Amino acid sequence: MMNDSLFSLVCAGEIFELKAELNSDKKEKKKEAVKKVIASMTVGKDVSALFPDVVNCMQTDNLELKKLVYLYLMNYAKSQPDMAIMAVNTFVKDCEDPNPLIRALAVRTMGCIRVDKITEYLCEPLRKCLKDEDPYVRKTAAVCVAKLHDINAQLVEDQGFLDTLKDLISDSNPMVVANAVAALSEIAESHPNSNLLDLNPQTINKLLTALNECTEWGQIFILDCLANYTPRDDRESQSICERVTPRLSHANSAVVLSAVKVLMKFMEMLPKDLDYYGTLLKKLAPPLVTLLSAEPELQYVALRNINLIVQRRPEILKHEMKVFFVKYNDPIYVKLEKLDIMIRLASQANIAQVLAELKEYATEVDVDFVRKAVRAIGRCAIKVEQSAERCVSTLLDLIQTKVNYVVQEAIVVIKDIFRKYPNKYESVIATLCENLDSLDEPEARAAMIWIVGEYAERIDNADELLESFLEGFHDESTQVQLQLLTAIVKLFLKKPTETQELVQQVLSLATQDSDNPDLRDRGYIYWRLLSTDPVAAKEVVLAEKPLISEETDLIEPTLLEELICHIGTLASVYHKPPSAFVEGSRGVQHKRLPGSAGSGESVESPDTGSAAGVSEAPPAVIPSQGDLLGDLLNLDLTPPTTTGPPPPSSGMQMGAMDLLGGGLDSLLGGDLGGSPAMGAGFGAPPAAMPASFTAPVSGGLDDLFDLGGGVGMPMGAYSPPKTVWLPAMKAKGLEISGTFARRAGVIQMEMTLTNKAMSVMTDFAIQFNRNSFGLAPAGPLQVLTPLSPNQSIEVTLPLNTVGPVMKMEPLNNLQVAVKNNIDVFYFSCQYPISMLFVEDGKMERQVFLATWKDIPNDNESQFQIKDCHLNSDAASNKLQGSNIFTIAKRTVEGQDMLYQSMKLTNGIWVLAELRVQAGNPNYTVSTEPIYPIMNISQESNGSLNQTINTVLH
Amino acid sequence: MIGGLFIYNHKGEVLISRVYRDDIGRNAVDAFRVNIIHARQQVRSPVTNIAHTSFFHAKRSNIWLAAATKQNVIMVFESLYKMCDVMAAYFGKISEDCWTPKENTVLTGNILDFGYPQNSETGALKTFITQQGVKSQITSQVTGQIGWRREGIKYRRNELFLDVLESVNLLMSPQGQVLSTNVSGRVVMKSYLSGMPECKFGMNDKIVIEKQGKGGRSEDGGKSSKQSIAIDDCTFHHCVRLSKFDSERSISFIPPDGEYELMRYRTTKDIILPFRVIPLVREVGRTKLEVKVVIKSNFKSSLLAQKIEVHIPTPLNTSGVQLICMKGKAKYKASENAIIWKIKRMAEMEESQISAEIKLLPTNDKKKWTRPPLSMNFEVRYLKVFESKLNYSDHDVIKWFVTSDEVESTRCAADAAGADEKKEGCPVTSSSSSSLLLFLLSAL
Repeated sequence: MMNDSLFSLVCAGEIFELKAELNSDKKEKKKEAVKKVIASMTVGKDVSALFPDVVNCMQTDNLELKKLVYLYLMNYAKSQPDMAIMAVNTFVKDCEDPNPLIRALAVRTMGCIRVDKITEYLCEPLRKCLKDEDPYVRKTAAVCVAKLHDINAQLVEDQGFLDTLKDLISDSNPMVVANAVAALSEIAESHPNSNLLDLNPQTINKLLTALNECTEWGQIFILDCLANYTPRDDRESQSICERVTPRLSHANSAVVLSAVKVLMKFMEMLPKDLDYYGTLLKKLAPPLVTLLSAEPELQYVALRNINLIVQRRPEILKHEMKVFFVKYNDPIYVKLEKLDIMIRLASQANIAQVLAELKEYATEVDVDFVRKAVRAIGRCAIKVEQSAERCVSTLLDLIQTKVNYVVQEAIVVIKDIFRKYPNKYESVIATLCENLDSLDEPEARAAMIWIVGEYAERIDNADELLESFLEGFHDESTQVQLQLLTAIVKLFLKKPTETQELVQQVLSLATQDSDNPDLRDRGYIYWRLLSTDPVAAKEVVLAEKPLISEETDLIEPTLLEELICHIGTLASVYHKPPSAFVEGSRGVQHKRLPGSAGSGESVESPDTGSAAGVSEAPPAVIPSQGDLLGDLLNLDLTPPTTTGPPPPSSGMQMGAMDLLGGGLDSLLGGDLGGSPAMGAGFGAPPAAMPASFTAPVSGGLDDLFDLGGGVGMPMGAYSPPKTVWLPAMKAKGLEISGTFARRAGVIQMEMTLTNKAMSVMTDFAIQFNRNSFGLAPAGPLQVLTPLSPNQSIEVTLPLNTVGPVMKMEPLNNLQVAVKNNIDVFYFSCQYPISMLFVEDGKMERQVFLATWKDIPNDNESQFQIKDCHLNSDAASNKLQGSNIFTIAKRTVEGQDMLYQSMKLTNGIWVLAELRVQAGNPNYTVSTEPIYPIMNISQESNGSLNQTINTVLH
Repeated sequence: MIGGLFIYNHKGEVLISRVYRDDIGRNAVDAFRVNIIHARQQVRSPVTNIAHTSFFHAKRSNIWLAAATKQNVIMVFESLYKMCDVMAAYFGKISEDCWTPKENTVLTGNILDFGYPQNSETGALKTFITQQGVKSQITSQVTGQIGWRREGIKYRRNELFLDVLESVNLLMSPQGQVLSTNVSGRVVMKSYLSGMPECKFGMNDKIVIEKQGKGGRSEDGGKSSKQSIAIDDCTFHHCVRLSKFDSERSISFIPPDGEYELMRYRTTKDIILPFRVIPLVREVGRTKLEVKVVIKSNFKSSLLAQKIEVHIPTPLNTSGVQLICMKGKAKYKASENAIIWKIKRMAEMEESQISAEIKLLPTNDKKKWTRPPLSMNFEVRYLKVFESKLNYSDHDVIKWFVTSDEVESTRCAADAAGADEKKEGCPVTSSSSSSLLLFLLSAL
């Protein structure tokens, strides 16, 4: 085969031959035969049949032969326990041999014979060897105790070997100390609660002394043991650190890593303001960097450990970014790890360099590496806010390369960027849409669909795009299907008019035709939500999502702490606690970092699940449709569907049809008032409301009633003083002065009619021209008695806002025609916008925040209110009286900022920021109406500001 | 600790299998072979978990080394490497033949006991193997403080050789901007000294010189700043007393006998590149490539670079190369996929150029040529010893050996050319610093 006859195959005939040779009288021949046996054994062949013959050769003076026989014994004793007893005598004898090498060899082999019967015979020789005069024998015996413990733990304890082993820690020979420590550590691992390694300052001192003198492997054992010690105070931990730091210059990287572990652990104890703490941080960096010039396998191990270290203490390597730049000839596993650390170290200071590098990597050959590089660019954007823009443009450049996997990866990360910076980079959506066809990986498709759904209102053909995905719905992976379902529901809630069919289609695909329970359940949830309480549906589906942060990919802090205690071991390579991969009781106890002087800076890792669609709904406030969807609600419920729990899907579908059929028509009708229809709906509760629906529906109704209940709101809304609207001169003696007020949720026009003419006036009637908010008299003008000359009468005319709408100039202008028996008179007056603010204009805080950010700055207008002597709280109260609700208040540099929301009767929301400076009578108001559809525009903002102004005064 | 040690040849045949612990079953040997060696794909991680057993593995010149464990162990790669070193020292090179059972069973028994690494000093292990009779001396040597040296060594001529091997790594952006440079150096010693010599080294490390400057020798101030180097980090052979280095910055040790690597160091600051290498790559159509490489020396007049060897990689589908060089000899080596250009010596401020026309076979392979980096090797005879400070007393000869420098320009060529494919490649500088370390040797 390879070398010589030693490797020849062992067949039956050969065993026979070997047997004969082993029993030969000639020493030379015997030796050759044993060599052949060992050779076969080493390559894994079974030569156990020769056991008695080989054991017979044991009694020899030839050291070489003895070694080989012992080797054979180690391998096969277990399979021939009865025969192994034959060897005991020789062992006992050899343990008293004058040659220390033979003594050591005997004791080493003894431990490896894993036969219970033998162990008892071995205790005596072992005890002797533990106290042997030769350190070589002692150190071998120390390991033998660990071996014996592995076979029979009870025996070791009963025989008192553990105490002897503990005594060896104080041995004069460093090598013995090291092996004793190693053996004790291992035994202690299987007895988590025993106090075997009783570490106290004296033993620690001994260990530290031995550390300087023993072999590199011994140093590792000692350092690992030191890491388990918890110093009493920061001074002790500093002195240990000082004695461990020289190990950082050791050529053996395992020694270096073990030293790093001790330092990282004891550093926790040091106060941060200590000079030594800073020195230590500086000392740690160079050795870690040096590890990167070792062999690639070691580099990999080092990088995995550095990954942990930079998460715990990023300051150590923050200036060493360049050493993690990928080299051409690095093996792929080193490249990937380097990339990971580059992102962890990325900061504002070095982001330009990092990005340039990442862009290079994205053009490499290895697909995995390229993907990770593209992902890294996205992570940079999320981590370093200032770089986000550059990252996005880099990603766009990469998309232009049209390399398929690069494009897909880029889209996935752009989705994450959108999650981090909503409403900032939507301009790139167009570019993304261009690559829609090339996406073939589920993750990229899901990401793209998410983007389309999330920004449906900005993408003109969102419905077409989503529809195109829908065609092959059943061939998609679950991830894509779920995302598609959510996206279409989002789209529907945003553009209900054009997408009914689509949503219907996807709901039925998801619920009826799918076998996937996740998909079906999500489909049903949406369906029920939409059919029972569309307002809630909107709140759920389009709810504000938590922003993702860079911490998402960090290791969870308690795990990180544990892993730091395992630096330099297998656990640090896997980034898993030992219990995850070690079977049995060994090493499962959890190590923790010592309580530290400054552990308050533990990193948080918020759990941001990104998979679920429900939590992913976007923050958006859609005005004006709340009550419309209320309409949908009763329309949906009116037909007495007979769905019972659990609802069969056909019934469900029917409900949804109703929802889509009837509800939307009225929605389209542009019925902005809503309340009459609503009332009607409530008046006719469904006869056979399915039980399963009862709860949500009544909940919804309650909400709506609450809304209605708001009508009985506190008084005190602002009402301007009466002004003369129609002077007597112009109206043949009829003078009308009046004002507007909102009382108990009803807008009223309060007028004083004065007859300044000579004749009696009768038959009063009033009419409004079309106006901006559809104001119209809710009833006839109630002037019952004729108005005699010089008589005045107070009239209150309730108004509603369901009249025809036309934009007026200025916005709050109202043209009125009053008729009496004499003539028809026309005048125009201006009503305060504040009376149009409805009682439910209090926006959810979250929604407010998101919306405020959403509104483009162009919509904002600013205004100063002069000479207002209210403090912010009083102002807030006063404004609340006029249905201007304070959502939040914060104080910045002595200024009180009031954030307010109001809702107009036509459903338009207006958000305002009111800055009140203590002692300064001038307020600054900036208002932002959402969605300046209709007629609210720039100049209307002015009038809104005016309103606030007037209300406050 | 390590549960088992397996060594395979490149075909996956077992050369050695040693099981130290019961938790590693015999089937682990096959599990590794099937999953790693026969997987026939790039190794994605040197630590692999197969069926609850973790394998640390490395491949060294056709030999697979694998350590198996089921526990949370310290890193064993160092022990694997050490084993290779020992083998290499014992047999001259690592190959299949090294792993004959006789010697290595003894070896592995001494290196690892119950999975604990025990001894990896080449010298001591050699004694273990070669000793025929019984010498009790060895036991005290391997357990003693100076495990790397035996007593009673005698030489008629006491000699000490010192090689400084440096490799300069240069990373350059496609725009020709130097991203990072670093020099990693190794000091390799061959000592043939009698007895138990105590050796002491000093180096012109910045920290040391500054310390001395403070010590009252202010007149040296200007000079020392010029000659001192800021060493970022250094690591030492086991024999060096680390605590002494930590406190006094002096390297003191009792050397092992024979060849060993005394220290490694790394510097990043003030690196003057002694060569500029400017490659120009032009793709002429799909089947032709023109490469031009200019090297310029850029060092002091007192120095002479020797045995310069430039390694210019060529695409895999090269069918023929035509070479013209101004100086030296150049040859295309198909086996290495590279043009090797050798120049005997170059003086300061000299320039030389090679141009090559590479014919390519048309391929369907769409993967573009990744353009590996150029590399360059040369030696500089560089002797600068402060004679006055040498106070060697009882040794006759101290030979100073050459400083041989090795250059590696990492990734820059690939980047440079990759960025603009059809135009010329961008200039790449790859060179080496020649005078980083000045050693003061005092053998006591």
